[in-house]
Amino acid sequence: MSISKKPSHDASFVQKYVFSTDHKIIGIQYGLTSLFFLLFGFGLMMIMRWQLAYPGHALPVMGTIFGENNMPGGIMLPEFYNQLGAMHGTIMVFLGVVPLGFGGFGNYLIPLQIGAKDMAFPRLNLLSYWIFFAAGGLMLASFFLPGGPTGNGWTSYPPLSDLAHDGQSIWLVGMFLIIISSLFSSINFIVTIFQLRAPGMTFERLPFFIWAQLVTAFLLLLAFPPLEGAAFMQLMDRLLGTSFFLPSGLDVSGQVLTNISGGGNALLWQHLFWFLGHPEVYVIILPALGIVTEIIANNTRKPISGFNYMRYSVIFLGFLSFIVWSHHMYLTGMGTNVTAFFQTTTMLVSIPSVIIISGLFITLWGGSIRFNSPMLFALAFLPMFGFGGLTGLPLGLATTDIPLHDTYYVIGHFHYVVAPGVIFAIFGGIYYWFPKATGRKMNETLGRLHFWPTLICMNLVFFPMLIQGIAGVNRRLYDGGESYLFMHDVLYWNVIISWAVWVMAVAQIPFIFNFFWSIFQGEKVTSDNPWEATTLEWAAPTPPPHGNFTKKITVYRGPYEYSLEGASKDYSPQFEKDI
Amino acid sequence: MYMQEQEDEIIPYIVESREDTGLYNAKFGIWLFLASEIMLFGSLFSSYILLRVGASSWPVQSDFLNVPIGALNSVILITSSMFIIRAWTSLKANDFKKFQKFMWLTIVFAIFFLCFKGVEYAQHFMHHEYPKKSVFLALYFLMTGLHALHILGGIIVNIYYVSSGSRLWSTNPRWFTNRIEVAGLYWHFVDIIWIFLFPTLYLF
Repeated sequence: MSISKKPSHDASFVQKYVFSTDHKIIGIQYGLTSLFFLLFGFGLMMIMRWQLAYPGHALPVMGTIFGENNMPGGIMLPEFYNQLGAMHGTIMVFLGVVPLGFGGFGNYLIPLQIGAKDMAFPRLNLLSYWIFFAAGGLMLASFFLPGGPTGNGWTSYPPLSDLAHDGQSIWLVGMFLIIISSLFSSINFIVTIFQLRAPGMTFERLPFFIWAQLVTAFLLLLAFPPLEGAAFMQLMDRLLGTSFFLPSGLDVSGQVLTNISGGGNALLWQHLFWFLGHPEVYVIILPALGIVTEIIANNTRKPISGFNYMRYSVIFLGFLSFIVWSHHMYLTGMGTNVTAFFQTTTMLVSIPSVIIISGLFITLWGGSIRFNSPMLFALAFLPMFGFGGLTGLPLGLATTDIPLHDTYYVIGHFHYVVAPGVIFAIFGGIYYWFPKATGRKMNETLGRLHFWPTLICMNLVFFPMLIQGIAGVNRRLYDGGESYLFMHDVLYWNVIISWAVWVMAVAQIPFIFNFFWSIFQGEKVTSDNPWEATTLEWAAPTPPPHGNFTKKITVYRGPYEYSLEGASKDYSPQFEKDI
Repeated sequence: MYMQEQEDEIIPYIVESREDTGLYNAKFGIWLFLASEIMLFGSLFSSYILLRVGASSWPVQSDFLNVPIGALNSVILITSSMFIIRAWTSLKANDFKKFQKFMWLTIVFAIFFLCFKGVEYAQHFMHHEYPKKSVFLALYFLMTGLHALHILGGIIVNIYYVSSGSRLWSTNPRWFTNRIEVAGLYWHFVDIIWIFLFPTLYLF
């Protein structure tokens, strides 16, 4: 896509598209790889949903391809169900959503939106992608281990994970690589945003997307290394026989473990994991909020209301995310004082979150809204994400969390945040920036064919889970709750949820087709700024060449100057002096 | 070299500092990296505290570990840190020969450190004191082992800068001086970690 304008550098195909140091190529590589992982993780879930809807029935058509060890006669074994669940979580979070929002969109857009020619450390960027790629390959390879991949959930709680089969060690090494990769990316992003801003691009003039990415990068930088330490400890427990997470007198299947020294603490892992795990939630959400803000400002033709408050909110959110991790651990008996502290900080999170969401809602007020595909996804994001946030409140309070903990209510809650929330924002972002990356727009009809069924199915999938969870259906039950009599009243939802999942899979076909078809056959854009937007990426040629900009970029105003009084048109780009 | 030249054309503030941040890119980057390293070692120190506070009994650490060697290693590492500063100031004073001398001294002292560490490890293994024997030993091996890996990484980078990496000195001396400053920052960080590790593990 990008062709070097320098006559002396005739880079080969491999240098240009495979081992490229160009942030745009790396962004696209991140994007395509993580879209693949999203689809793969979704596939794992579709198989699991068969077992939940029809427990003990042989999976039709493809039941036999998983082998006698996993699905004898097409009927799923509990161990295999656990493995699918663990890998679904790991892949979706660490190889799907995060690298898409941060690695994909961040890499592609940060230098463009701040008016830089590339990232501050292009070779580090290249390394970061390939380490991520290796981690993904390792995770996939663990499916072919004799015992299969890890089956301990994406949280890998010890002592279970300390004693599990080899898949867990591969998972730990994979996580280690993922953390290294995101560490390199985050250093790169922060230095780029601080150092490479174009003349006139003050911090006040940075788009919200950049602010969101900046805070995300700090979270990745500071919250992820502790899990690296924890991964070392768990690897030592598994390979060298240490007892970091194994208490003395540990009873396994009725027998006390005698070949270990003991003296460890299983809760230590939970603290270290959730110290990563909670900021991780914001690593997922913030890039999505950034994307949605860009789309909404552009398609309401209005400045973002309360942009200043939103900026401070996102920073405050970043700080708060470091001191809420133990709300995942109310059931561990931490003591009431600790619980009270984490309950308070957790409730505080709602303040900046609500400010950001309200700012976006108020922006819609009185706007002349363009209902194109990116905007539809952004508009759906707002209530869906808001709903995900609101269902989280009962989980942040210890009293109501105790009955809801580890039920489908939790699953419903965080999937509302991530699936119709973050993934919708990502879809919107793909439709929105597609013309910049390829020079062609994606098809609007196919976009609607993608949007409406997906929106309906998302709600059919996740709302019933809230109902089931309140009725007490536990997560991680491989028969969907059939063996518990008291759950039987709500089990009919399992069938509805599963069919909604499969229909939703069909609804992704228009998107996948649209994506590839539009690269070659989509409607060509006639200008570099087809959406009539204000931020700097639209000042670059389409698609942007190596080095991004062909003219000198100077920034004259804030990021969302739409419908200014006295301006000749309804948008006043940051890069144009005269409006 | 092709890539370096290309990068130099595209990316500003490799050599000069940006006015409003007062930093060049690599210096900013290394400080961020060190911040993340603090979180990594911080998690290990926190784990140490949590496990020790929760333990029913804890060995007298100085009985287990070789305090004289540990103390000697502290002196060696601090000296080595001093040498890398001298290496950098030599470059600032445009004295490449002196830089080479002090960089090699930095490296040699770091190797001394690893050798003494190896002697300590060998003593433990001879007495069958493996990581799995107790949580304290597990922590000791994990924390000093991870620190030793950081030393090893530093040695490799420093050898590169004093050998083939030093060719940059002839083409762009200020860029090269920046690189040595960054290497020095990292080296001091590794030194400081040891200054916390030594009392925590050997003395308290």
